[in-house]
Amino acid sequence: MRFSPLVRMSGLAVAALSVATTAFAESNKNGPTDGDIGFQRSVTPVMDSITGFNNYWLVPIMIGIVVIVTVLMVYIMIRFRAKANPEPSKVTHNTMLEVVWTLVPVIILMALAVPSMKLLYFADVVPEAGLVIKATGNTWNWEYSYPDYEDKVDSYISSIVDIPHDEKRVNGEALTHDQIIAKLGADLGGRPYLLATDAPLVVPVDTIVKVLVTSNNNIHAFAVPQFGIKIDAVPGRINETWFKVKAGEEATYYGQCSEICGVNHAFMPIEVQVVSKAEFKRWIANGGSFTTQYSQNTIGGTQTATAQ
Amino acid sequence: MSNSHDHKPGFFARWFFSTNHKDIGTLYLIFGILSGLIGGYLSFMMRLELMEPGFQVFDNPHTFNMYVSMHGLLMIFFLVMPALIGGFGNWFVPLMIGAPDMAFPRLNNLSFWLLPTALICLLISMFIPGNPSGDGFAGSWVMYPPLSTSGHSGPAFDFVIIGLLAAGFSSIFGAINFITTIFNMRAPGMTMHKMPLFAWSVLVTAWLLLLALPVLAAALFMLFFDRNAGTGFFDAAKGGDPEMFQHLFWFFGHPEVYIMVLPAFGIISHIISTFSRKPIFGYLGMAYAMVSIGVVGFIVWAHHMYTVGMDVDLKAYFLAATLIIAVPTGIKIFSWLATMWGGSLSFSIPMQWALAFIFLFVVGGVTGVALANAGYDAAVHDTYFVVAHFHYVLSMGAVFGIFAGFTYWFGKMSGYLYNKYLAAAHFWFFFIGVNLVFFPQHFLGMQGMPRRYVDYPAEFAFYNKISTLGAMVTLVGVLFFLLWLAEAFIVKRKAADNYWGEGANTLEWTLPSPPPFHQFNTLPRIK
Repeated sequence: MRFSPLVRMSGLAVAALSVATTAFAESNKNGPTDGDIGFQRSVTPVMDSITGFNNYWLVPIMIGIVVIVTVLMVYIMIRFRAKANPEPSKVTHNTMLEVVWTLVPVIILMALAVPSMKLLYFADVVPEAGLVIKATGNTWNWEYSYPDYEDKVDSYISSIVDIPHDEKRVNGEALTHDQIIAKLGADLGGRPYLLATDAPLVVPVDTIVKVLVTSNNNIHAFAVPQFGIKIDAVPGRINETWFKVKAGEEATYYGQCSEICGVNHAFMPIEVQVVSKAEFKRWIANGGSFTTQYSQNTIGGTQTATAQ
Repeated sequence: MSNSHDHKPGFFARWFFSTNHKDIGTLYLIFGILSGLIGGYLSFMMRLELMEPGFQVFDNPHTFNMYVSMHGLLMIFFLVMPALIGGFGNWFVPLMIGAPDMAFPRLNNLSFWLLPTALICLLISMFIPGNPSGDGFAGSWVMYPPLSTSGHSGPAFDFVIIGLLAAGFSSIFGAINFITTIFNMRAPGMTMHKMPLFAWSVLVTAWLLLLALPVLAAALFMLFFDRNAGTGFFDAAKGGDPEMFQHLFWFFGHPEVYIMVLPAFGIISHIISTFSRKPIFGYLGMAYAMVSIGVVGFIVWAHHMYTVGMDVDLKAYFLAATLIIAVPTGIKIFSWLATMWGGSLSFSIPMQWALAFIFLFVVGGVTGVALANAGYDAAVHDTYFVVAHFHYVLSMGAVFGIFAGFTYWFGKMSGYLYNKYLAAAHFWFFFIGVNLVFFPQHFLGMQGMPRRYVDYPAEFAFYNKISTLGAMVTLVGVLFFLLWLAEAFIVKRKAADNYWGEGANTLEWTLPSPPPFHQFNTLPRIK
């Protein structure tokens, strides 16, 4: 009976946490949200699996272990403080106890390894793809090409929408983001600063997209949190990953370079515009540009010129 | 102990030609504190920069990246390793095993003096051209090519390489010294299975150093040749492979994290035992848990590289192997708790650090288990989640171990007692501060904020602000540390031989505080 408060407390923590995670999952917002403590909203099966593994396995196990150890420690600190227990015991061995605290973690870890392996093989083995795109890291922007439609869409560079660094300080005073955003005005078009680019990667919804990733110079990493993908762009090597944005989730998604690559590591975002299959066909037929302005996005002037 | 022949050399000979393990240990500790202050300054500037979105402190992102890189290198190679291994290892391994000194005193001197040389190389590197973007090396402590080869054309990184080679050889020499000392110079009757756990922890650490650092040295030499001699080990255009460097680096880098934390494990064991007035629970399990952590630590390195594009079966292996490490680590945590169970606990300053260590190490440990899962890792790899994880086990694990050891042995080393209110203020400001700095970073990482970013979208602002406020609280803690240190040397309260009482029963407590210049002229006999 001594441990019943402990059990109740850890149960409470797990319950509070599952409430928290579901609460955050219900918002339909894309991209990061200030103050959120969990993952960004998942829009692919892989990120669904990662989120599920997080919510139903990792977080309960992590919180459970921390709570058990902490409660035990606090209990020991109170029960066995010098005042309450002036004569220390001489017990230094208990083989049974030692076997138990070796075996119980082994069992927990083996249980954890099963869904973890399932997740790994699901995320890592690329299924038959409906579209292949190639992302090449440059210093410091991304170059996208469509090997399936080489004759229709030229490869194009996707750079951040930003002002030069040396204009970010006026008379020694640093510009705030709001001031920079005001300067960028229509180029940003209401999209999030430091995530928006002048030419997004365009892909169709509900299609398995295989991404080939490489680099021309330093190592970069291609990552889109809501897709659950992150893969290094390494010179001399083509890595691959995949995603399939669920039907009805046409929108713009953002990621950031995730391997340090030099001075502008923080300034080479990844913008993915997911459109309907019909719109994607029109985009291809039109040589990689939209006939009508799509969503709130504009394709930047200079880059569209290379794309056409 | 008789100290009638306690002859000390003059100041210059004593501190600059030192062959005495205690003096060298003191030098290491002073050196560690100084480089820790420099490394801490770098991280404080980083936190100020990240307090709000936009450029606050740095005009040039290259300089910010350089601060990130040097913070990592300084803290690892010039604070944690010198303090834990060089400082406490030198001071207390010979005392605990009943040896008069280290096996190779002159090698010991060389080990130490290589380190200031190395530090000077690294500090110089910060002020000379790194690449066209700015001064210094800005490729992070992992030094991945091509960013560290073609990406840093200036001489700064060559200075970093030379500095790290010097630091690496310093550690290798130190490791040789510790292994030889522990195997050959234990007092009569002190079998391996009677040896104090701190000596065990340093023994395992020394083996890790001896086996891992030559690999780092090889990788650094290859980088040096790629940069300066036209070789192409890591250059894809010449038939090399940049990922080979990552394998070499992490084959060193993963054991390195255990090199940093194992000595802290040893220190914590002694403190928990002392202030519970009980011998350590499951002594053999504790010793061999460290041995197995050391062994398994060598076969899990690629879990730092889940996103490089490895074969999926290879990832599956590294996933499984990495999870296994949680078992011996769990044994250590449970054994500490069991040591306290039934004990008669007093909460002196070192005990506060030790208890905080256990809590923080568990927090850092469970996020480590999360990161071991290769499929899951895609979501958090190279985000602030990783930053939070390794600062919980290092900035709060290893560093809390250092402070625990320092407050435990300060009277033994200096002969003076510190003011416990100042030391308690140091602990509480530091404990609350580092938690405020690093706990919110878990959330930033989950939301996807990548590491090593000088500026971030406004959506990451809230927790970054809290994190920076935490850095300010931590700074107050550091000031209290310097304050109690100065106060203790000014007021000079004399410390007794064994100022912790009957719970402290290893051999160093049989000697005066501070111990005589040469101890154990007659070797102690262990029953």
